[in-house]
Amino acid sequence: MLKKQIPLAITFITGVIIVITFFIPHPPFGRLQQDALTWYSVIFGFTMLLGVDSLVRFHYRKLRRREKGWWFSIIFYGGFLLSFITGVVSEVRFGDAFNINSSFMYFYNTILIPLQSTMFALLAFFIASASYRAFRARNIDATFLLVTAVIVMLGRVPVGYMLWHKLPNLTSWILNVLQLGPMRGIMIGIALGTVAMSLRLILGIERTYLS
Amino acid sequence: MHISTNPWVWIAAILTLAIYSFLYKDNPFYKFAEHLFMGLSIGYGAVVLWYNSIIPRLWNPLAHGTSPSRFYLLIPIAIGLLSFGIFSKKYSWLIKYPLAFSVGAYAGFSIPVTFEASIFEQISGTILTKQMMATPWLAISNLIMFVGVITTITYFYFSKHHKGLLGKSARTGIVFLMLAFGASFGYTVMARISLLIGRMQFLLHDWLGIIK
Repeated sequence: MLKKQIPLAITFITGVIIVITFFIPHPPFGRLQQDALTWYSVIFGFTMLLGVDSLVRFHYRKLRRREKGWWFSIIFYGGFLLSFITGVVSEVRFGDAFNINSSFMYFYNTILIPLQSTMFALLAFFIASASYRAFRARNIDATFLLVTAVIVMLGRVPVGYMLWHKLPNLTSWILNVLQLGPMRGIMIGIALGTVAMSLRLILGIERTYLS
Repeated sequence: MHISTNPWVWIAAILTLAIYSFLYKDNPFYKFAEHLFMGLSIGYGAVVLWYNSIIPRLWNPLAHGTSPSRFYLLIPIAIGLLSFGIFSKKYSWLIKYPLAFSVGAYAGFSIPVTFEASIFEQISGTILTKQMMATPWLAISNLIMFVGVITTITYFYFSKHHKGLLGKSARTGIVFLMLAFGASFGYTVMARISLLIGRMQFLLHDWLGIIK
């Protein structure tokens, strides 16, 4: 009862109330929706804390057991504390941690952003090797993939314009028409799947998250 | 050549090179940058959560609010605190309560939002109207797009064998999907390349001052 029925009842009641509030925007339902959103973000905050705790414990274990590469965990702790402490200090000093002149935002702009964009830019090399494998015209379907990919890539650089001045227009047409149709189809399919799964969760048919 | 004297530019440049060193193989420089990135990101996320969610939505109403309904906020706190039951073997099942609320809330929010944004909006954008047929070129483009949507959906319809008209439609759907995936792939490659160009510009312009 405590471990299965009550959680299922919580899911059902929460889900049904939130769906109802969308269709009845009048008091008290309209307010309930806002309250549910606040409750959701508060509870989500606790699960975030659990996530942070799990990562911090993982590195603590690595340090304590002196596992291979343990000193990288010190770097992790250093980065975490540096970011967190500067955030708190900036809040106290400027009244807003996200003030553009705060040390927190300075770290964000000078260290975190370059690291983040380099991580993503690193993917350019791996995606290049992946495209070599994917773009081999082994059959007619792969040829379609190859041709549109090459047109889109060429159409977005100046050399594409130099080759044929209408190539950028063709690229836009491919992205706005040829790509849009199938993407809409996929999106509608995903949406139907999401609604079906949400209904299964609310009605208690899908219970794997409680096991 | 005008090398930067700003220590922060040097730090960013060294970290950029440390990450690119992964192209050779996994090495301590990359691991250093990776762990630093992870730590900074988690710390940043914690600060964002604290100041954008906990303080305005929880602390401020409870500590400075005057409305009697503010005490209702103690309920999600109590439910959230049950998450820490996971640290005890005996009471680890208590985490099912916040999980059940989160799952119910997410499912409840996603049904109307998904219907509105991903089903009704997309169908309304696909339906051919007079305005969409204003010029011959527009009509052809929108007709192609319409056929793309229908044939793609039929390709993902698995309740019936893909034979006859359904089979032909599904086959056309595959062609549209290949064209779309090719376009998406090409677009993604170019997005990553532009990020790479940005980093190269930083190294060669901001750090080393080789290019103007």
